[in-house]
Amino acid sequence: MGMNSETKLRKFHAARWDEQLVFEQSVPGERGIMVPQPEADLASLPGQKAAGAMKRKKAPNLPEINQMKVNRHYMRLSQEASCAVDLTLNISEGTCTMKYSPKIQEHMATNPMINEVHPMQHPDTMQGILEIYHKAGECLKAISGLDYFSFQPGGGSQAIYTAGSIMRAYQRANGHPEKDEVITTSFSHPVDSATPSANGFKVITLMPDAEGYPDLAALKEAVSERTAGLFITNPEDTGLFNQRIKEYVKVIRDVGGLCFYDQANANGMLGITRAKEAGFDMCHFNLHKSFSAPHGSYGPASGAVGCKEFLKPFMPVPQVGFDGDKYTLDYDCPQSIGMVRSFLGNTAVVMKAYMWIMQLGPAGLKAAAIGAVLNNNYMESLLKKTKGISIKYGEDKRRLEQIRYSWDVLMEETGIGTDEVNYRVQDFGIPDYWTAHPPYLIPEPMTLEPADSYNKEDIDEYVAVLREAAREAYEEPELYKKQPPFNAVTHRPQWPMVEKEADNACTWRLYQKNMEKRMVKK
Amino acid sequence: MYKIGLIINPVAGIGGRAGLKGSDGVEIQQKALAAGFKSLAPERVGLALEALSEFRDEIEIITFPSEMGEDVARAAGFKTTVLGSIQSGKTTAEDTIRAAQDMMDAGVDLIVFAGGDGTARNICTAVDDKVPTIGLPCGVKMHSSVYAITPRRAGEVIKAFCDKEEKLLVDGEVMDLDEEAYRNEDVKAKLYGYLKVPEAGALMQKRKTGSGYSQDNQLKLLGMMFVDRMEEDVLYIIGPGSSTSHVMKDLGLQNSLLGVDLVANKKLVANDVNEAQIWQTMQKYPKTEIIATVIGGQGHLFGRGNQQLSPRIIREVGKGGIHILASKQKLADLYPNPFLVDTGDPELDASLCGYIRVPQSRTQDITFKIDR
Repeated sequence: MGMNSETKLRKFHAARWDEQLVFEQSVPGERGIMVPQPEADLASLPGQKAAGAMKRKKAPNLPEINQMKVNRHYMRLSQEASCAVDLTLNISEGTCTMKYSPKIQEHMATNPMINEVHPMQHPDTMQGILEIYHKAGECLKAISGLDYFSFQPGGGSQAIYTAGSIMRAYQRANGHPEKDEVITTSFSHPVDSATPSANGFKVITLMPDAEGYPDLAALKEAVSERTAGLFITNPEDTGLFNQRIKEYVKVIRDVGGLCFYDQANANGMLGITRAKEAGFDMCHFNLHKSFSAPHGSYGPASGAVGCKEFLKPFMPVPQVGFDGDKYTLDYDCPQSIGMVRSFLGNTAVVMKAYMWIMQLGPAGLKAAAIGAVLNNNYMESLLKKTKGISIKYGEDKRRLEQIRYSWDVLMEETGIGTDEVNYRVQDFGIPDYWTAHPPYLIPEPMTLEPADSYNKEDIDEYVAVLREAAREAYEEPELYKKQPPFNAVTHRPQWPMVEKEADNACTWRLYQKNMEKRMVKK
Repeated sequence: MYKIGLIINPVAGIGGRAGLKGSDGVEIQQKALAAGFKSLAPERVGLALEALSEFRDEIEIITFPSEMGEDVARAAGFKTTVLGSIQSGKTTAEDTIRAAQDMMDAGVDLIVFAGGDGTARNICTAVDDKVPTIGLPCGVKMHSSVYAITPRRAGEVIKAFCDKEEKLLVDGEVMDLDEEAYRNEDVKAKLYGYLKVPEAGALMQKRKTGSGYSQDNQLKLLGMMFVDRMEEDVLYIIGPGSSTSHVMKDLGLQNSLLGVDLVANKKLVANDVNEAQIWQTMQKYPKTEIIATVIGGQGHLFGRGNQQLSPRIIREVGKGGIHILASKQKLADLYPNPFLVDTGDPELDASLCGYIRVPQSRTQDITFKIDR
């Protein structure tokens, strides 16, 4: 019974309901609940009258549908999302650190003492939450070596945007409005070029050198008196830790620039190496990656931004403080960039990350990082021997927590590439994997990250699926014509994608309009 | 019912198997045939048609007799209409050109051709950019960006093309090497023109970029941006290529795809000029700048296809006055190879080496290495 213990392959089959959109199931007049009209004496109360005046004139265009149908609809959809992180091996999302999120954290997050606090309450009445913020900040200070953290940004991109805003404010405050250029690298996350661009900087992207690291000679040529700073990831998407990172920092520093360390994914370095020692002025952590709070569609995010003391005046407000007796919210920061998000950010996420850090302690954090690196190197040793896969750069080097593999050999020899393999693996009950952001500098990419939560059996099972997919490509390529027959959905649109914005229907009304147009054309 | 034109070059790739570095010229073909080599083209076309089999009732294949397409199309069970006549066993480049012209006259929706760069050149001669085309890679030299990665993927591209209401087409470069020189270990590629090919992302050869990434949109934006950045009384030398043609398109000026054009104050100064004309015109302007692209897949910035831009012209403009218009996809396709300069003046080549910023949007540049 169950998974074949020899091949480690499952006979997986997802639920498939062929479900209509909830709008399509609407029946005029159908109701989920009949709300009784208020009794006469209540209806005459002033509050009721005022409520009547506030009533919208035209009913919103919501589906009219009974309770049982609503319940059934969403249960079915949730069954089709069969590759969720709690159901399967999410080694697939390289760079995303899909680790297990202990359920005690969810339990605490739903505690009314946490989720019923109103953000406009006086700080004196939410000392507990402020204590969590302060202590979580102390933990991240120790992990990064930096001096102050803000938890306001609601995700990694917003955290990097915040860093860009701080960089701009700092350079202007120091009389350098001419510093309007930011440098980043091809293998850093695209947000490291997108958000400084949104901050008003001109962004210069460095291509990798022959070893896969950012081209240091190109950096030296790119810097000038206009350089405001550097936005860089380490390790980059290749998983290779850049040991010469201090040299890059020095080049930027020599022209008066600031350095931002994108540590969205710090899973391979917790307790091992820090932003401070590498010479950085700012960094950020995605609490929903390295610190176990759920990631992506499984929950809201939090991008904690840290800085050295001299940049603290520019950090977002309110800033959480502690006078030895009481926790405070400080809005009086004249040089601050202001708020980047309402109130304190995503409190529940900060709390989950804080719980995770406290459950592990310093030794546990380091053990998690070592476990993640060990997992990755073990998996590399298996995939290196898998027919069809190649690994670019760093042949003699150990990787940290992730690797961008290439199916270029498979493509060359069978005509089946990463997009097809990505569909096929879902037939064995593992989620489709992350390829790479375009443009692909590594052809036919597949980026995998076996985070610290997974054990050897998990990795063996995952690798068995990839090997089977490769074997089929060589020996039974006709299987690829029908795939994925056993899975219900894939969340990532593949080619041919929607080419025109107008074809993209993100509302029911737009969907109907597009369909009408199509009918007319035909 | 879709009308698909099918042209097979029955001797495609035959010279490669025989180690003859290409199959251009009757003598080479006879030599390879005499040695017992056979072209793989018919078999590969069969694979592409197999991938299309579910569309059998919706596709009519218009082709040329026997080995030029008829045999394979009938064997695959498609409705087949045969045009023209050939001398079986002795087909030439002229047959390919004639076939493409006849198919264009017959109103085909798409021409599928099996061959290499030589065949692509012949198709280009016949149809220019008037009919969409897809190449099945069967030749020895395949430097052009008009081929699907594999025959099976060609089938998918054709399927998607027929399926879509709006046909998205991009310019595919038709390149060819001088085979005589190639046989003497001297690689000299030339840009011959462009064919319209379906935009098919990762299914087409030399496309390393991610799914759905549209290079045409980016080129349009880059063209607009380069025009916005044009300064008064500066003479702009617009180099050859479809990338730089977006500057001319945005200006609403006539463009010479394979030649050099001159623009000043957003008005046309001259089309398709030679070296002496450029040099003379430069004397009338206080400043001259170059807007050029690099040859896709190879990376030549100067010295291939734009020899009009001589060392004296480039030296006068200076490295700071050279602007490169290239899409992110083109740069990714080229990586890890650098841009190449081969102006014929070693000293100038050395001074151009180093790094150059290639604009990608109004606020983003990528640095790229220049080497010789």
